[in-house]
Amino acid sequence: MGSNAALEPINETLGVYSQLFMLLAAMVYMVVFIFFALDLAKTNKSISEMDAAALKEDEKLLVSAGAVARPGRGRRGEDSRADNVGEHIVTDKMEYTKLSSSRKMARIAVVLMCLATALHGFAVFARAFAANRVPWGNMYEFMSTGALVVSVVYLVALFFKDLRFMGSFISGLVTLMLCGATIGFPTPVGHLVPALQSPWIVIHVSIAVFASALFAISFAMNVLQLMQHARMKRIAEGQPDKMPFMRVVPGAGALENFAYRLNTIGFAMWTFTVIAGAIWAEAAWGRYWGWDPKEVWSFVIWVVYAGYLHARATGGWTGPRSAWLSIIGFLCVVFNFTIVNIFFNGLHSYAGV
Amino acid sequence: MAKNKQKAKNRGDAPALGFVGFLRWIWTQLTSMPTALFLLLMLAVAAVPGSIFPQRSVNPELVTQYLDQHPVAGPWLDRFQMFEVYSSAWFSAIYILLFISLVGCITPRIKKHAKALRTPPPRTPAKLERLPQYHSMEVMEDQPDTPTDDQLIDDAYKILKKRGYRVERRDDATGRSVSAERGYTREIGNLLFHISLLGILATAGLGQAYGYGGQRVVVEGETFVNSLVSYDSFSPGSNFSADNLQGYSVKLDKFDILFDRDSKDYFGQPLDFTAHVQVRENPDAEPVKQELKVNHPLRIDGADVYLVGNGYAPVVTVRDGEGNVSYSGPLVSVPQDSVYTSLMVIKVPDAKPEQLGFQGFLLPTALVGEDNVAFSGDPNAINPQLQLNSYYGDLGLNSGEPQNVYVLDTEKMTELNSRNLDAGGIVLGAGDTYELPDNLGSITFDDLKRYIALDVNYDPGKWPIAIFSGLALLGLIISMFTPRRRVWVKLKNEDGRRSIEYALLARGEDPRLERESDELQKIFDKAWPLASQEQDLGAVNG
Repeated sequence: MGSNAALEPINETLGVYSQLFMLLAAMVYMVVFIFFALDLAKTNKSISEMDAAALKEDEKLLVSAGAVARPGRGRRGEDSRADNVGEHIVTDKMEYTKLSSSRKMARIAVVLMCLATALHGFAVFARAFAANRVPWGNMYEFMSTGALVVSVVYLVALFFKDLRFMGSFISGLVTLMLCGATIGFPTPVGHLVPALQSPWIVIHVSIAVFASALFAISFAMNVLQLMQHARMKRIAEGQPDKMPFMRVVPGAGALENFAYRLNTIGFAMWTFTVIAGAIWAEAAWGRYWGWDPKEVWSFVIWVVYAGYLHARATGGWTGPRSAWLSIIGFLCVVFNFTIVNIFFNGLHSYAGV
Repeated sequence: MAKNKQKAKNRGDAPALGFVGFLRWIWTQLTSMPTALFLLLMLAVAAVPGSIFPQRSVNPELVTQYLDQHPVAGPWLDRFQMFEVYSSAWFSAIYILLFISLVGCITPRIKKHAKALRTPPPRTPAKLERLPQYHSMEVMEDQPDTPTDDQLIDDAYKILKKRGYRVERRDDATGRSVSAERGYTREIGNLLFHISLLGILATAGLGQAYGYGGQRVVVEGETFVNSLVSYDSFSPGSNFSADNLQGYSVKLDKFDILFDRDSKDYFGQPLDFTAHVQVRENPDAEPVKQELKVNHPLRIDGADVYLVGNGYAPVVTVRDGEGNVSYSGPLVSVPQDSVYTSLMVIKVPDAKPEQLGFQGFLLPTALVGEDNVAFSGDPNAINPQLQLNSYYGDLGLNSGEPQNVYVLDTEKMTELNSRNLDAGGIVLGAGDTYELPDNLGSITFDDLKRYIALDVNYDPGKWPIAIFSGLALLGLIISMFTPRRRVWVKLKNEDGRRSIEYALLARGEDPRLERESDELQKIFDKAWPLASQEQDLGAVNG
């Protein structure tokens, strides 16, 4: 038994390049994160300046035309409140009315993010070619490929919606996942263990990763929704706006609706993941369902998101309550991916730890 | 009574209604959405302990181990059925209530939707402009192709019908109009999803009741015949009968493992397990050569055979003190690590004058380390060696208590060979024989074979579950991505100035309602000479 006749040999050089590019990508993502953060900080400032300018203009008008000429906007308090909730910057359809052209930092961040994603994509594909298989066979690969999916989904979504307000969350998450992969689970490129040698790995795992990426994005939206909700409540009570940068972020209702749509697709994908997993489990272990810890948590995730959909669609649980359900759902996804993979003793122990 | 009920509804708590009324109240509560939601979330929480504590259904030995290690908490957890969460009273209570709630929820919905399917779209509202998507366009009268009232209504009817709407002409006090509705499949998909879930639950139970599962270890050269006696362990469903056992047999010719020899990082890691077997579908059938692999079970007549484990089975011969062969054959050893250092136990109850017992390790590729301790250097059998201690005395097999074949009870035995004794431990290379001290017998290491561990599973519920799962997914996708919406097109005539009004209303989540409205606008513009001036009230935000 001199060589592994049944399997193509591993291209170890390509594997090393893959690891190098993964590190490079992680570094660029970190820079992207900084630029997105700068964008928010700068937005904070420019919004204050804009407010000041608008105030001046209004005063001028008031002086020249008199308060009677503008019956609809008579009281200053109401007017500035409307400004504060961000109505003038972003609509409920997530379309920006002003500011978008002046966000230089965000534009640099997006360009850099494309670069990082290209490096990242090369790293992931190099690994796949080095091993002649799908790049998701252990924890390192789940994390690095999952991060790529998050990044690509986000960039593609940018074509349709201006989601740059989520840039720091997404780039932060991707950086974290890549660091987790390279530091926490460094794994040299290798063959799949026999248990994973099945066509179902292509279907089951890829859809699971995709669904998780969608859940991650809607999680971010739900967190922002809660922040926005709290902020608006404070403003309604007449307290000062502590987070003016949140005005680049759409209103709580818009975030909620968009997150709901993503979660709907995520839920359908998760349902498919669980069914595909059951079919694979039947072929591999002789039973389609056996309450393995991973199966338990996949079930828990499914039930939590089912609860979320019901709560929102028919239960009338809108606003923060449904957001919390979605957040709990995503925390379960993270738990299932990390704690269950690493510490729980089950059939899904392919973490490579 | 009716008055009472009304009152109770208003108060929202348990009223004094008598028994029937009380049941009715329970039913209303159980089938209400908040209750269903609560039960659903309870189900998620209740499932969690099953991933924390070992489960009897998954691995009963781990449960025993846990109970040994936690003498105080263990029995309490056991009392609360924490080791059989998914068949526990509390878990069952939650999902049974949930499914009752589900039935109570979908039955009226089925009735309602069946009625809706036979009912024309709803009447045109008097004030269309109050609806979220509303447009109004004036008809230009001086064009050569200016349509008549009838034509307008007919066109609107056809256009909406073509776009998949169910349409109905209306002519009432407020004027002539067309009302339309589409997306009836949304509710059908939703109902299909929920009914399929009921199907999954029902067939899962049935499949378990009529199926069976069993384990068996097969050494190279051995044949496994599918009958009750040939299983090492067997767990039948409650309605299982032994007549259901298919009479096939599986002979293991050879078992091959491919280890990674190229990689520095993964040297010696298994890459492939292949069992070369001969299968007879029934005792009279010709044997058919097949390969059994991980992820590729043998599918024989409904019962499936899975490769779930493997190891070495050293073939040994033990002669007793009187010179007779008291044991000869392969022994299953249990691999402890990636180089197949395997634990083995030999019990020889027939040995005379004393019963004999051996325990120790098989080293597939024996090497000696710096500290003079032997270890296995490779998972393949390059230099196989047995390292054993021996005992004589009472094996304790006559006590009637079931014994683990992989554990030697040395309580009533005397040590004969061990590193600590003058005689030393037994070290046997392939083909070697060792004479035991005091003329108590001898042991020979004849040969080394591999064995495989098989899981046999028969679950008649498998296919129905697959079908119900597929239907559930289909229903889910239909219900999520089919928008249900209503459209009304109304002809208005004010002092000879005619205009077309139309409005859309979403029933349920419908992010693309506005796009549909724009589409309709385009189609209407093409069909009729309409003035461009319009009041786009619906599109204004806030």
